Amino acid sequence: MRDHRTRDPKPERDAAASRPAGESSPFWRSLDELAGSDAFLDTLEREFPRQAVPLGEGVDRRRFLQLMGGSLALGGLGACTRQPLETIVPYVRQPEEIVPGKPLYFATAATLGGYATGVLVESHMGRPTKIEGNPQHPASLGATDVLTQASVLDLYDPHRSQAVRHLGRIRTWSAFVDSLATALGAQEGTAGAGLRILTETVTSPTLAAQMDAVRQRFSRARWVQYDPAGRHLARAGARAAFGSWAEVHYDLSRARVILALDCDLLAGEPGSVRYARQFAQWRRVWERREMNRLYAVESTPTPTGTLADHRLRLRPERIEALALALAAEMGLGATPPAGLDRQLGTWARAVAQDLLRHPGESLVVAGEWTSPELHVLAHAMNQRLGNFGSTVHATAPVAAAPSDQIADLAALADDLRQGRVEVLLILGGNPVYDAPADLGFADALRHEEARLRIHYGLVENETSAYCHWHIPATHYLEAWGDARAFDGTVTIQQPLIEPLYGSRSPHELLAIVEGRPGALGYDIVREHWLPQLGSEAAWRRALHEGTVPDTALPAAGAAAGGAVAAAVQRLSERVASPAAEYTLLFRPDPTLWDGRFAGNAWLQECPKPFTKLTWDNALLVSPATARQLGIDEQRTGRNRDRHPMVRVTVGASYLEVPVWITPGQADGAVTLHLGHGRTRGGPVAEGHGFDAYRLRTRQGLWQQRGVSLQPTGEAYALASTQGHFSMENRHLVREATVAEYADNPGFVHAHVHAPDEEMTLYPKWEYAGYAWGMGIDLSSCTGCNACVVACQSENNIAVVGKEQVLAGREMHWLRIDQYFKGPSADEPEGVYNQPVPCMHCETAPCEVVCPVAATVHSDEGLNDMVYNRCVGTRYCSNNCPYKVRRFNFYKFSDWQTESLKLQRNPDVSVRFRGVMEKCTYCVQRINHARIAAGREDRSIADGEIQTACQQACPTGAIVFGDINDASTEVARWKAQPLDYGLLEDVNTRPRTTYMGRIRNPNPELEA
Amino acid sequence: MTDGPDPRHFRPDVVERVPVLAPGHTPASVTDQISAVVLSGTPRWFYPAFGAAFMLLMVLMFALAKLFFEGTGVWGINQPVGWGFAIINFVWWVGIGHAGTLISAILLLLRQDWRTSINRFAEAMTLFAVACAGLFPLIHVGRPWLAYWMLPYPNTMGMWPQFRSPLVWDVFAVSTYAIVSLLFWYVGLIPDLATLRDRSQKPRARILYGMAAMGWRNSAKHWHEHEVASLLLAGLATPLVLSVHSVVSFDFAVGVIPGWHATIFPPYFVAGAIFAGFAMVLTLTIPLRTLFRLEDFITQRHLQNMGKVMLATGLIVVYGYAIEIFTAWYSANPFEWYVVTNRFGGPYKYHYTALIVCNVLAPQALWLRGVRSSAIGLWAVAMFVNVGMWLERFVIVVTSLHRDFLPSSWGMYHGTIWDWATFLGSIGLFLSLLFLFIRFIPMISIFEMRTLLPEARMEERE
Amino acid sequence: MSYEESGGRLYGLMAEFDSPGPLIAATRAVRERGYRDLDAYAPYPIEELAHAAGHHRSRLPLLVLIGGVVGAIVGFGLQYWVSVIEYPLNVGGRPLNSWPAFIPVTFEMTILFAALVAVLGMLALNGLPMPYHPVFNSPRFSFASRDRYFLVIEAQDPAFDPDETRRLLSGLGAAEVSEVEY
Repeated sequence: MRDHRTRDPKPERDAAASRPAGESSPFWRSLDELAGSDAFLDTLEREFPRQAVPLGEGVDRRRFLQLMGGSLALGGLGACTRQPLETIVPYVRQPEEIVPGKPLYFATAATLGGYATGVLVESHMGRPTKIEGNPQHPASLGATDVLTQASVLDLYDPHRSQAVRHLGRIRTWSAFVDSLATALGAQEGTAGAGLRILTETVTSPTLAAQMDAVRQRFSRARWVQYDPAGRHLARAGARAAFGSWAEVHYDLSRARVILALDCDLLAGEPGSVRYARQFAQWRRVWERREMNRLYAVESTPTPTGTLADHRLRLRPERIEALALALAAEMGLGATPPAGLDRQLGTWARAVAQDLLRHPGESLVVAGEWTSPELHVLAHAMNQRLGNFGSTVHATAPVAAAPSDQIADLAALADDLRQGRVEVLLILGGNPVYDAPADLGFADALRHEEARLRIHYGLVENETSAYCHWHIPATHYLEAWGDARAFDGTVTIQQPLIEPLYGSRSPHELLAIVEGRPGALGYDIVREHWLPQLGSEAAWRRALHEGTVPDTALPAAGAAAGGAVAAAVQRLSERVASPAAEYTLLFRPDPTLWDGRFAGNAWLQECPKPFTKLTWDNALLVSPATARQLGIDEQRTGRNRDRHPMVRVTVGASYLEVPVWITPGQADGAVTLHLGHGRTRGGPVAEGHGFDAYRLRTRQGLWQQRGVSLQPTGEAYALASTQGHFSMENRHLVREATVAEYADNPGFVHAHVHAPDEEMTLYPKWEYAGYAWGMGIDLSSCTGCNACVVACQSENNIAVVGKEQVLAGREMHWLRIDQYFKGPSADEPEGVYNQPVPCMHCETAPCEVVCPVAATVHSDEGLNDMVYNRCVGTRYCSNNCPYKVRRFNFYKFSDWQTESLKLQRNPDVSVRFRGVMEKCTYCVQRINHARIAAGREDRSIADGEIQTACQQACPTGAIVFGDINDASTEVARWKAQPLDYGLLEDVNTRPRTTYMGRIRNPNPELEA
Repeated sequence: MTDGPDPRHFRPDVVERVPVLAPGHTPASVTDQISAVVLSGTPRWFYPAFGAAFMLLMVLMFALAKLFFEGTGVWGINQPVGWGFAIINFVWWVGIGHAGTLISAILLLLRQDWRTSINRFAEAMTLFAVACAGLFPLIHVGRPWLAYWMLPYPNTMGMWPQFRSPLVWDVFAVSTYAIVSLLFWYVGLIPDLATLRDRSQKPRARILYGMAAMGWRNSAKHWHEHEVASLLLAGLATPLVLSVHSVVSFDFAVGVIPGWHATIFPPYFVAGAIFAGFAMVLTLTIPLRTLFRLEDFITQRHLQNMGKVMLATGLIVVYGYAIEIFTAWYSANPFEWYVVTNRFGGPYKYHYTALIVCNVLAPQALWLRGVRSSAIGLWAVAMFVNVGMWLERFVIVVTSLHRDFLPSSWGMYHGTIWDWATFLGSIGLFLSLLFLFIRFIPMISIFEMRTLLPEARMEERE
Repeated sequence: MSYEESGGRLYGLMAEFDSPGPLIAATRAVRERGYRDLDAYAPYPIEELAHAAGHHRSRLPLLVLIGGVVGAIVGFGLQYWVSVIEYPLNVGGRPLNSWPAFIPVTFEMTILFAALVAVLGMLALNGLPMPYHPVFNSPRFSFASRDRYFLVIEAQDPAFDPDETRRLLSGLGAAEVSEVEY
């Protein structure tokens, strides 16, 4: 205890200031410390420098240690977990057969761009360790996306900012409060004319209410919101279509025919987790005979595209042309653009017919990346198809104060330049890094007139470098708050742990601006909700359920027809104008999003869909475009990881990036993901990848038309976890159309013959009790990676760093293999996702060759790995046909950093150097369930055990259970003729099997 | 590759009459000349030679320190290629060992006198090669300090090794092989140690050799039991040596990996071992016989016979390569067939081509008597084979692993500087031991040479 | 001179020959004369000499056979006991007693035991190691490992008589007959 007080005395002191009298600050060594005087804090800072591990190129292992490297400042923190003062309510009623395990679960919500996803957080003795979806939350239905899964690591990030800083030097909270109060006092004269508050998109009713209070006090103050990857165009489109700010969300459970226009409906939209679940219901042909149909038109491959029955790769300009053709087919007063090639015409006709055949059961969605006009058109089509009210719902906006964020931010930059801003409070976000380049936001920030610039954030990032004060923010697991989901449903966020570094929540910070400093987040949120909820019981219930009842926004009016004509007009003009040679597309990174997760090592090392890239982004170009640029040569041997660089020039600014040749990318359209190339924000974030924001402008938020590309002749090493994307005519993913399946349900067994059970010298081993098995549905896996990161956080899987990934030593127990099908890489006929965990083979080749019996079978058929016994011959891995075993070539796990120790799952041992590891079917969860069942003297029920991957999967593509019991879902899956084992001809008898993939193509287009 | 055939040797009778021991020798001359190698002072060239070998040995030590301190990651191995230089070197060294046992055991049973003058040396080579080989399975594991867990004893949890694993078979096979070779070698040494005891002038040497000779008296009784024991050991070592490389080949053959999972492996590994072993014997004897002027004892006849054995075993190896390809094609197993095409056309095609040149083409030169009877020619071919056999193991280990069943997990493998340091270092260990051996122990069996002398034979004929 | 005059106790008489032929003949002769405690020495194994000296069948092969059988039993027994009785484990669905997989180790153990018995047996039968033996007291004896051949008749032989035996040996063509003392 003493130790960490000396390392980090500030929180104690401030806590003492802000807590009820009963709570007094425990230990202090000197009056200075008690008073927490700046002088004393500086001494401390010098005495116990943070960033204990210096950066710099060292040995590979060192490099890895740097990545998760320890900040000694945390000192003894690991020893004592700190419970919140206020009563929070555990998720007591664990719904039958849903939440496994013993530890406590609390309902709260994670937000992205303001949109909330309800989660249950697993808490071990006061330490939140794992994020699960909240089954009762509309945006989750029990699953989560990859970002939410990883968000728990941010809480324990050793490089989080831990102290209030003024011009880089540590100051006390009270010192900050004083200087802010003074500045605000000065503002009162002018009604806050010089006060600006910059936040990310806010959906929190409480925060909105506080903003109103602030406006009460400072009528002329301005509130600017900005989200670099926000839904700007969608919002603008909706506004145009509905005449006022509106939100649109979808109900895929009713949609038989879906057309996605450059829209990542299943993995990129606020409601995607829910959408994916609903969509997948339609893909399980063996459960319900009928199947929905998905048309995807996209310029860069998305998880949604991988599941499409018809995928069309078009560059954005031609997508708009196609949209016009469709509008024409549907009689929306558009004329098919001249020079539309016939093939595209027939496609449009067929799709339009298909949609029109299903009024009220169809759906047209336009992606955030497409122009507002296209959104208008999409809304009009849904209108025409009578989908409003059934598959499409328009509601009042979810954002508390919807606005034209880009314009507002531009105005703010302008005000800064004009010197009209005196106090700037940046509440989260990182505009210096991610504001459109043409705003020159960083320069604007430099103006002296803005005498007080405050940055509030989880880490000290590019923006804090331009501000006087940096205030450490609370993680959502540390503070009270609230947020709305895509449909408006409110979740009250409850903290699972006292702020690790005594940081303040946004509500508490804003309270100072309101003029009531010292207000506690708990009181603020509670004061806001208690009146509405009416009773303490209702409050407790809301916390416990993770949702506030009846807060989903009511449906609003349908689209106003007027906008369509204008949209059609604008589109036709754009389509008519000649297309530039290359169009540069920006997309939020599949794992780093807009860059806010760049400090998250799990997400940095999570292989991105289609490229399997880690630790970097690259310019995605189609094979044809690569040929055009003359950079398509094959690299082999040592050079196979070195990729050619091109210079991407947009107007005056340019960026040199490595190229990744991506089948399925539209020719002429090149994609660059946002969120990389951070220059400040901790060693994990810094220096990886290339900063796309430098090319991003207000006009070209998602598309820069007319960019030029020149190969520079240089090469750059990209670390991809998959070197080969062709199935080499091996029957790994087996596929048929729904018609073929009807004729021959057992088609998956057509090409491969599995040796029959009796073909062996040895008797078969009998499994009397439970026999655990897993089924994976290839028809509904989007390859979104949620399972991969879920597995990583559940099983304490180490991160190894770029160099080790390059060496082929990544540690993920569960990987998603991705294959492109078809004769030429130019026109892949399909993209396949195949999650590959350990197969737990009944005749495991790995076990037979282990000299020390470190991997053996349990009596329930698990292929167990005994870390303590393993000497590391790697023979098992060599002999594993699936190559799912992972070896600790170095000491990959971080055994030093205290904060990371807090995050670890106590049920899973942390592996040491020189041992093999692999998927265990989450044996710790199995054992928890067995103990629970044993105590109640019953057998484990189906669904009682969920593996981490299964629980996280949005589409429910993974089932797990006892295959000895015919009534379990997994047994029912395996009974299907569609079920097959990967490489079953090697006679491994895998316990993990796959459901063959079924497509539902439109017969008119097949011909 | 070889210098042109020497016309002198085109008359077969000349060659056939080349004796295994130059004429004019008596027991005294044989005894004195061979023991002189040990008893007379150290030759000048010895110091630089041994020094160089010792430096290499230090390289090994440094590489091991690095390895133990940082972890197996200093090597090039990865997923999917979990085995690299370590296992390649292991198999290579074990193979080299085989010639020694073959010469001392099998040729003894076959009553081939010509073996007499090279068996001692070859056996020593076996020992040192096996020592180098034994090193690698121990250091290649992720936690070398726990390698002893592979030995058959119960740990504190009462756990034993897993006897279905070929690695455990290796432990038994290689250690048995090491022990039996050592015993065989020592049994053969006893009479010669006695000779040195009797010959040497320095008291310390007398005492040391005397203790090593255990009081051997050359009595008829001694010789009698000694001969029986030698024959029995030869009878035991013969199946043993065949089993050892079969077991080594099981490391691969028992696996399911395409390119490993083949029944041809045991015979063709054994043939390859003898092939490589004779190559190494030639590589070493050719220079040494000149350095120590032992041409009288190691004659053209020996070199030629070894050349013939190399050619024969080489042809078996070639057959092995051919049948591997054939079965891959005949099985119609896409995975197996891909391994073949990948070896010819994949990223490691140059390794495979080099392997063919070294192991298949180069040895064909041995059809020419001119090559067989030219020391330089033989030595050149032997060097080719040494390299080729290493490449063979590289191809088997790496090309099979780097592209197995699932294309998604295909990868590449390259040895790092530490892989090379360990490999070269092991050669240093081998040479150091070898130099110490030729310095302090008669590298030709003196008493067996005596039995080649006319008087000895005359007695037998009586 | 006779051994009474000499100081130490007499071990036996040593006859030196310069070629194997006479030695063999001599050995045969003395045995016919009923001498038993004798031994012949030569720089290399001579089968006739062994027979002449009365060494016919060696017991070693039988011992080695027994060693091999024991090794086989121990080898398989250990594996069976460990895998089936002591610590049974389901390894890759193989039965506990996967005897085909136990063959290699069994084989190696057979060879190992047999080889150990062969070597240790040989030493034992030869009474080695023997730190001291009187014959080494004879200065000439060191040539037994070079090119000289010796026949020694021990004094403890009942038929031994110093002068009788000396005469006999010299008569058999010994280049020189000397006394060997303890």
